Amino acid sequence: MIEDKLFEIGKHRAPLPGALLYATTNHVWVRQVGDAGSQIWQFGFTSYALALMRDIYFLDWSLSDGMAVDHLALIGHIETSKAESDLYAPVSGIILRFNTMALTDPAIINADGYGAGWLYEIQCATAPSHLVDVEVYLAHLHATWANTERMIKGGMNRIVDESPDGEEA
Amino acid sequence: MSRNRVTVVISQAQGKNPLRRALEESLAATLLMEPGVDLSIVPHLYDLEEGHTGRLFLNSVSGDMIVLGWLFPRAGFWLLDRMGVKGLEGSSPMHPVAEDDGEDAGESEPQEKAPAIGQTGDIPDRTITLLDLRAKPGYEPYLEEVRRLIGEAKVRREASTLARPPVLVELGLPKPAPVIDLTTLATAPAARRWYPVIDYSRCTNCMQCLDFCLFGVYGVDGGERILVESQDNCKKGCPACSRVCPEQAIMFPEYKTPAIAGAPVGVVTGLKIDLSKLFGGGDPSVTAAAERDRELVKDGRDAVGLTVGMAPRRAPRAPTVPDELDGLVDALDKLEI
Repeated sequence: MIEDKLFEIGKHRAPLPGALLYATTNHVWVRQVGDAGSQIWQFGFTSYALALMRDIYFLDWSLSDGMAVDHLALIGHIETSKAESDLYAPVSGIILRFNTMALTDPAIINADGYGAGWLYEIQCATAPSHLVDVEVYLAHLHATWANTERMIKGGMNRIVDESPDGEEA
Repeated sequence: MSRNRVTVVISQAQGKNPLRRALEESLAATLLMEPGVDLSIVPHLYDLEEGHTGRLFLNSVSGDMIVLGWLFPRAGFWLLDRMGVKGLEGSSPMHPVAEDDGEDAGESEPQEKAPAIGQTGDIPDRTITLLDLRAKPGYEPYLEEVRRLIGEAKVRREASTLARPPVLVELGLPKPAPVIDLTTLATAPAARRWYPVIDYSRCTNCMQCLDFCLFGVYGVDGGERILVESQDNCKKGCPACSRVCPEQAIMFPEYKTPAIAGAPVGVVTGLKIDLSKLFGGGDPSVTAAAERDRELVKDGRDAVGLTVGMAPRRAPRAPTVPDELDGLVDALDKLEI
């Protein structure tokens, strides 16, 4: 068992459970659910991602259950008190379901990001090979923090977004 | 039209959203009774093609104008400018303008920026104020704001009258205002359109959009100024050129993402950080190239990826010393084959 870790952002402390795997490209944690052979994986925001975003106001998925996604394909959008961002698939596979509780009340993601605030479950064809353990993820956070901080402070954003939603209601 | 009246225009929503229609109707009903207001209703500004009665009407208004519509004020203002409905851009506390530039001045060195083109042509001394009907629920805040703007316009008018020396005026019949049937305006069908709108207060004429768009939407006018020349060549739903614009001067008013639809620059990206890159998002130019490729393939053409029109046209060119090959080329040129 790998022990839990902690990443500190100023006064904010971002705990990183040792029992989980992580996708460094998306700052989500990963946990295998069901039996080992089923390749069903559950995903949620790491406390690091939540510390950057703060309170989640709105979460929107552009896909529905049962649809196939490619790694890094656009899957949704999030608005929080600090950020607006697109969300991308951390692995390739089939989206089995989104957490409806998190959709109706995103506050649960802030309150219990590693538990009831999970985001979605994806069934993969084979075990995703690019997931890392907590030590590698923590090292990744340390290595990229300077850049991330610059990005946040500099607001060096250009427009990146989702596709239009077409017809209004 | 009386000098003391202000034209208020309601630009209707596209589609038949009952909530939007209801807001338009309540606003219209109260504004019709409002003293000092000349009310008109036109279809969505974006859909008013040349020759549309709504557009002719807007062109005929000479005084101050308040336009209430379902789009960002910046997009609306430059749409009107594009139609030849020009004036000074009015501001409203309903739509606070974000501090642009200079907020991270301490960190980055000030870069020399190319000046924006700005408005061209004759800009009449009148104010055009746009209010975004998506900003507040209910019609009351808009009614209040319209009243406030009218009061402001009155003060401005009086001040300018005082400042001007008295002049002899020719007395005569006032120019008759064009008579336009409001009911036909409101119901005139306007087909949905899709094209970019340039914010010339930001555009520096860098021509990146001209290089990037492979559908011939952009062109230049007699003064070498970039313009949306063939708007109907534009591909519905494709906002790619907006992403490659280094000044965020290209708007698609109906696009979902506020930064592309004409939200005040700095608000979306300044107050809220965009973490898309952290969550697996790519470079906007890659997104733009992919969007363009999709449209190219739909047209039966080849995808070009990042190979065409991605480099800034005005990248500083290093001075080169002519070499042997240059000499050869020059010699060939002289032969005039």
